[in-house]
Amino acid sequence: MRTARVLVTPKPVINDPQGATVKQALNSLGFAGVEEVRIGKYLEIQLQASSDAEARSEVEQMCRKLLANRVIEDFRFDVDPAAEADDAGEAVADAAAAGDANADKGPKAAKGARGGSGEG
Amino acid sequence: MRFGVVVFPGTWSDRDMRLALSGVEGAEAIPLWHKERDLQGADCVILPGGFSYGDYLRTGAIARFSPVLESVVEFAAQGGLVLGSCNGFQVLCEAGLLPGALVRNANLEFRCQWQHMVCERGDTPFTHGIHTGQVLRMPISHGEGNYVADPATLSRLEQNRQVVFRYCDSGGLVDAEANPNGSQHNIAGIVNERGNVLGMMPHPERCADADLGGLDGLRLFEAILRTPAGARGAAGSSAAPLGVA
Repeated sequence: MRTARVLVTPKPVINDPQGATVKQALNSLGFAGVEEVRIGKYLEIQLQASSDAEARSEVEQMCRKLLANRVIEDFRFDVDPAAEADDAGEAVADAAAAGDANADKGPKAAKGARGGSGEG
Repeated sequence: MRFGVVVFPGTWSDRDMRLALSGVEGAEAIPLWHKERDLQGADCVILPGGFSYGDYLRTGAIARFSPVLESVVEFAAQGGLVLGSCNGFQVLCEAGLLPGALVRNANLEFRCQWQHMVCERGDTPFTHGIHTGQVLRMPISHGEGNYVADPATLSRLEQNRQVVFRYCDSGGLVDAEANPNGSQHNIAGIVNERGNVLGMMPHPERCADADLGGLDGLRLFEAILRTPAGARGAAGSSAAPLGVA
């Protein structure tokens, strides 16, 4: 499983009245340095793909077809490259947790664990 | 003449649309469910107002991929008449049947009010019988009706005279004060180059009964009925209903 993080923002030429209003609010709260605010959308997508390249190509197509309207919006995204390593780590942790929880019910898991330690 | 009124989850003007059409002599209106591909022999397809798919992601963005839209795109390519009002206009832009996009009203307000607009094309299949320069009064009801397009598209729209309706005051003056949502060039409604697809933010179905305050919407439906069948772009006909280049 990989995680893609997609940002969809109004094109620079598009007037963003929400952003302008938030900018004014920030100014009136004393954040005098705020010169511009643009409001867009953030999407987090969990997807299965056989490689980072495939995931990136799929997300690109998603953006072009549906997630952004390119008349008014730009998009950019990244695909988490560490996702697979994390997944593997999580799987190990999950298995260990399951092993602990089921130690008294699961003779196979318990055996495996003992065998493992015996061999080590 | 048969009108097919498309219904998406979240559409809210479909019944009003059919009710309004039921008062037009010679018109028959049927609902077209978004999951169906069969347009059931409709001579004109209407995409009514509402909040299709809850306006999730962007207005019209999800509706644009529904099965019925595939048929509507094909129907429009054959010259069939398609009218989108409010959310229907947003769907037509998302589907690429009309250029540009509709974004959040510049004033960030949801505008629900009577609105004047001037008709700049009395020669489309949707406006036969309305004079060019005539001021109409119709309800608007939207939060995202701010029409935007890049400069090249805008100048092409103007050059081809594809702007059919422009927001104005009661005297027909088109200026920023009469603009309820910040639309570029005060655009309230446009047609495609061929002239068989009209998108407009105002609601004609809400002013097709004198008891509801106006009849200007009725004029649009009557115009469609007056359009000769040949110019309605029946399948296979290459006759352009509107003489734009």
